[in-house]
Amino acid sequence: MKFTKFTGAFALAATLATPVLAQDTKVVGVSIPAATHGWAGGMNFHAQEAVDRLEAVYPELDFVLATASDAAKQVNDIEDMMATRNIDALVVLPFESEPLTSPVQAVADSGAWVTVVDRGLAAEGIEDLYVAGDNTGFGRVSGEYMASAMPDGGKIVAFRGIPTTIDNERVAGFEAAIEGAGIEIIDMEHGNWNRDDSFTVMEDFLSKHAEINAVWASDDDMAIGVLAAIEAAGRDDIQFVLGGAGMKEMIARTRDGDEMIPANVTYPPSMIATAIELTAVGLTSTAPVSGTFVIGSVLITQDNAADFYYPDSPF
Amino acid sequence: MATANAKKKSSIFFDLKVMGPILALVVLVIVGAALNGNFLSAGNISNVLSRSAFIGIIAVGMTFVITAGGLDLSVGSMAAFIAGLMILVMNGLLPSMGPGWPLVMVGMLTAIVAGTTAGFINGFLITNMRIEAFIVTLGTMGIYRSLVTWLADGGTLSLDFGMRSVIRPIYFDGILGISWPIIVFAIVAITGELVMRRAAFGRHVAAVGSNDQVARYSSVNVNRVRMMTYVFLGILVGIATIMYVPRLGSASSSTGVLWELEAIAAVIIGGTMLKGGFGRVWGTVIGVLILSLIGNILNLTDGVSPYLNGAVQGVIIILAVILQRDKKAEG
Repeated sequence: MKFTKFTGAFALAATLATPVLAQDTKVVGVSIPAATHGWAGGMNFHAQEAVDRLEAVYPELDFVLATASDAAKQVNDIEDMMATRNIDALVVLPFESEPLTSPVQAVADSGAWVTVVDRGLAAEGIEDLYVAGDNTGFGRVSGEYMASAMPDGGKIVAFRGIPTTIDNERVAGFEAAIEGAGIEIIDMEHGNWNRDDSFTVMEDFLSKHAEINAVWASDDDMAIGVLAAIEAAGRDDIQFVLGGAGMKEMIARTRDGDEMIPANVTYPPSMIATAIELTAVGLTSTAPVSGTFVIGSVLITQDNAADFYYPDSPF
Repeated sequence: MATANAKKKSSIFFDLKVMGPILALVVLVIVGAALNGNFLSAGNISNVLSRSAFIGIIAVGMTFVITAGGLDLSVGSMAAFIAGLMILVMNGLLPSMGPGWPLVMVGMLTAIVAGTTAGFINGFLITNMRIEAFIVTLGTMGIYRSLVTWLADGGTLSLDFGMRSVIRPIYFDGILGISWPIIVFAIVAITGELVMRRAAFGRHVAAVGSNDQVARYSSVNVNRVRMMTYVFLGILVGIATIMYVPRLGSASSSTGVLWELEAIAAVIIGGTMLKGGFGRVWGTVIGVLILSLIGNILNLTDGVSPYLNGAVQGVIIILAVILQRDKKAEG
């Protein structure tokens, strides 16, 4: 519910602005990775929802939504949008930074508005608006929670995602935040943001280490695998597991007071909706929306979990 | 003289061929035990064998497909799709049937029927439509992967919570401390070995993979044999899925990714020829164990950067195959 007020304000601004600016139709292209894992599934859901809502709000805007299963397909999608739909604006969540940089540059050179989401491009200054997730902040908020939840310090194991810049930034933020708190990371492995991989790694961590006080799973899919392994091993030395990204099942367990999952840290897939909304505002009103919009990672505990529970989202 | 000499030589190579995978496995076990005291603990051994069961059960079926000169790239996606289907069916029937073993049975039946059907579709397209196995299964791989993503709406399909405690014992419990996945894997492997060695079907499979023209003239029904290998593999994917679903009670588009390549790698490490004609089921079992042990040992040690896990795996796979290759063969 974090964005409701925000989007509400835009919708209001839009209704006021519409009569003045309603002339020829403008086309907005939205290019995002396909729903190949939970977070991306949520992102697809929010993108579709934002497009449906905005098409109703702004009759003068037309949206083209394309999902790509790899970077090459995404390049094709964007080239097609340029050639056949003559887009006035592009909202893109790049699959990978490098291969998408020059196609998006070409869109910008054609004079269209460019909004980049989450993953930045390899060259600076191409996009008009950058809606970014805060990966260092995600790690920092997680680390700060760990430090506060373990005042006497302790031994933890950490799970990393797929080796990427995103993952490195998160881990760096986490390590910086727990420095001096007496928390020792006794082991760290890649769980690849995958339940099965994390289950296997956690089984092996449990064989390897006689005492583990807590787990930083860093992602809710990985947390599910970790929890299953702990349950199967019947170990009671682990006080809690900290996931991340705000999967609805995990938020529900935090809300209901599950002691093993006392908190969560957001990395909202709905940031794509923020980007589409802001782009629509930029195209239809005189309100300036260029620049960088960083979506902070927020700590979810039992107190505020109900606010972050989206029952309709697949994630 | 010359023939006798050649015979002697080939028997030496034959021994090395047979011993290669076993040797690699023994070396891995010694390395593991030396690096970590918990490696040989009952808990760790049980973990490794249980998690090997999914790929292992599939790889036994894959041994027959490859021996018959075929290939199946779709098994990983097929497992994900069947897992999704099984979860949907059980969730759908939960209100009317209630949580309990009858519903688990329905779920199991769904998996077996879906596996049989999927295997039949692959087999039909390959034998009756005469399309290359690589292309058919590449196609079905994409189809099943998309279908499970679509069923899950891009997210994750989760088994209803009430059902999880009922189904959980299938992965975590067993008889006399040996968990069900290990028992099922053992039964499948022993049956596979017996069929490959003793049954007419096993010899037909090898004959078809070796030279299908000669097999046809020897009145082997080549299409039927090929078809059966794919159907059996489909059934085994169904069985593997029955073991998989109880573990985490969920399926998503990331379920079973790369299982097909792990299964194929295990088959080849075990001494089955990728071009067909010769298969060794027990070798496949060794291959599966080698693959899971590598991951297990890497998790239990601190020496190797996790970035290099894939490289270590690759080196050991290649070494295991080099160990069992006759140097002058092929070329």
